[in-house]
Amino acid sequence: MDLLNNLELGFATAASPYNLLFCFTGVILGTLIGVLPGIGATATIAMLLPITFQLEPVSSLIMLAGIYYGAQYGGSTTAILINMPGESSSAVTAIDGYQMARKGRAGAALAIAAIGSFFAGTVSTILVAVFAPPLTAVALRFGSPEYFSLMIVGLVSSVALAHGSVVKALGMVVLGLLLGLVGTDIYTGTPRFNLGILELSDGLNFVALAVGVFGIAEILRNLENEHDRDVMIKKVTNLLPTRQDWKEMTAPILRGTVIGSALGILPGGGAILASFASYTVEKRISNTPGEFGKGAVAGVAGPESANNAGAQTSFIPMLTLGIPANPVMALMIGAMIIQGIVPGPNVATEQPALFWGIIASMWIGNLMLILLNLPLIGLWVKLLTIPYYMLFPAIIAFCSIGVYSVNSNVFDLYAVAFFGLIGYGLAKLRCEPAPLLLGFVLGPLLEEHLRRAMIMSRGDPMTFLNRPISLGLLLLAAAVLVVVLLPSIRKKRDEVFVED
Amino acid sequence: MEERFWPFYVASNGDGEHMKDLSFSLRDLICGVLFIFIGLFFAIQAYGLEVGTALRMGPGYFPFVLAGVLILLGIIVVIQGTQLQHEPMGPIAWRGMLFILPAPILFGLTVRGLGFVPSLFLTGLVAAFASTKMRPGTALLLVGGLTLFSVIVFSYALGLPFRRFGPWLGQ
Repeated sequence: MDLLNNLELGFATAASPYNLLFCFTGVILGTLIGVLPGIGATATIAMLLPITFQLEPVSSLIMLAGIYYGAQYGGSTTAILINMPGESSSAVTAIDGYQMARKGRAGAALAIAAIGSFFAGTVSTILVAVFAPPLTAVALRFGSPEYFSLMIVGLVSSVALAHGSVVKALGMVVLGLLLGLVGTDIYTGTPRFNLGILELSDGLNFVALAVGVFGIAEILRNLENEHDRDVMIKKVTNLLPTRQDWKEMTAPILRGTVIGSALGILPGGGAILASFASYTVEKRISNTPGEFGKGAVAGVAGPESANNAGAQTSFIPMLTLGIPANPVMALMIGAMIIQGIVPGPNVATEQPALFWGIIASMWIGNLMLILLNLPLIGLWVKLLTIPYYMLFPAIIAFCSIGVYSVNSNVFDLYAVAFFGLIGYGLAKLRCEPAPLLLGFVLGPLLEEHLRRAMIMSRGDPMTFLNRPISLGLLLLAAAVLVVVLLPSIRKKRDEVFVED
Repeated sequence: MEERFWPFYVASNGDGEHMKDLSFSLRDLICGVLFIFIGLFFAIQAYGLEVGTALRMGPGYFPFVLAGVLILLGIIVVIQGTQLQHEPMGPIAWRGMLFILPAPILFGLTVRGLGFVPSLFLTGLVAAFASTKMRPGTALLLVGGLTLFSVIVFSYALGLPFRRFGPWLGQ
């Protein structure tokens, strides 16, 4: 079996002591920042990206991946204990998880979240391993028109999944694409939009943009009104779920895993939507919908499984196509490029150890998380009592160090401040940064494939419609766009995001 | 409910009430006008480049199209702003901006001259005062510890090529 051989290679790579160490570092760091509200996985990965230069490519990607799914675990701890999502994907967990905690069942809620996450993580790791190779084979036949159309799907989905106004999200995508074009035109060498600033001739620094828009802007938002976090539960006991809990959580975990895996694969998808969708489904099919919001086990088990499954399967488009499904995946692609790896379908064939190593490390990381998290829960609770004002100076310092170490270029630090301001302003205007970052990453690629496709078709735009895969992808994008713009569905979508 | 889930949607207390009396949403007006101006900037710049044809697109073609789309979206945002229900802007983190934004700039200005250690210390110290809750003594201790940690991790353990003390200090 090819799959078994590949997995064996993957586990051999991921289980080397060196890589285990980085997997461990990643999941611990991920849990840490997941637990702490006010700093997200995106900002952390952006901050650490430059530092991973020094590592082997596979080790650095394993660590960054660990941060991402570790943050999903950590986020639920905060959601359950202080009714505040440590990560936005655990926002729904707060609803019933916190109510369980108020009834003195914090331990059980945490255990249910961890067990659900682990199960979902295991299943979705297998899904990644099974689906990645055939998708890669398809992707290898992709030409420029297909790539162009695929990126359109990704961008449109990121709009659909953004929170708030669709038009603003579209604007963010376009703005991101434009910012991505700053620098030098690759075909003619003509400098573009660089305002005569020499440092901009290589384009805007991706890390500076990500750190500014996600890291700095997030800190500013948190400083708008400072209030103390109220950790109600000082000591967590009774970690083991009761027999009744097991009975109530099994089906939601299974459904959450399926929902999360499916939504994670979609370009633009990922953990956040998955958890919301799962909660909505559980509430709708429950025999006791009245229990939701009052500490329903299913309201914790379903979304927690879904967000972890979604986080894992969102690696599929990144690993097979080189197309990021969310900002974190965009950063992973950035990390690959920094390491000299061209993201895309060739990664699986040219770097099998890297490709399968990352996949295998996900399962190992999930195992570490469940083994570590429950015993360490006391430590995480203590961490929550650290006030925010003690944390953000460190975040600023690490951001500065991280960005400066990319190119040892001080201009990048000025760019961080600039994009921090822009990011904060956009947040105040209710414009989401995620579509902007995706647009920024895809801008140059989109233009390149558009121009190449047009040259190959001798200027005939029908090339995008004459090729079946490209046509299918464009129809999909159009369908998604129509759906989110339909008034009735838009109302539903708002409800999903504001679900109570 | 939104406030609880989305870090973007921070508290809407304060002067929200009279905003609803205006016939347009200030937020959407600013947003739309911003889109239009950025679009115009890119459109003018792109037009100055070689636009080319659909067959042989010049460096200006794709950005010109995008800029046009952005302007259009800006107009739609402004128009929609007159129809949708309006929400208040919420508080603005002036103090945060005053101390947070200069911090990385300060690091950039001093890291070569002063060196990594003093530069990072100053950066952390400036950032620390973005919070109204920070007291000077706590800040000094906190930032001192932070600097020590960073030097050990980044400079010694990870071996990032920073000068620990720079030429301005006579090193």
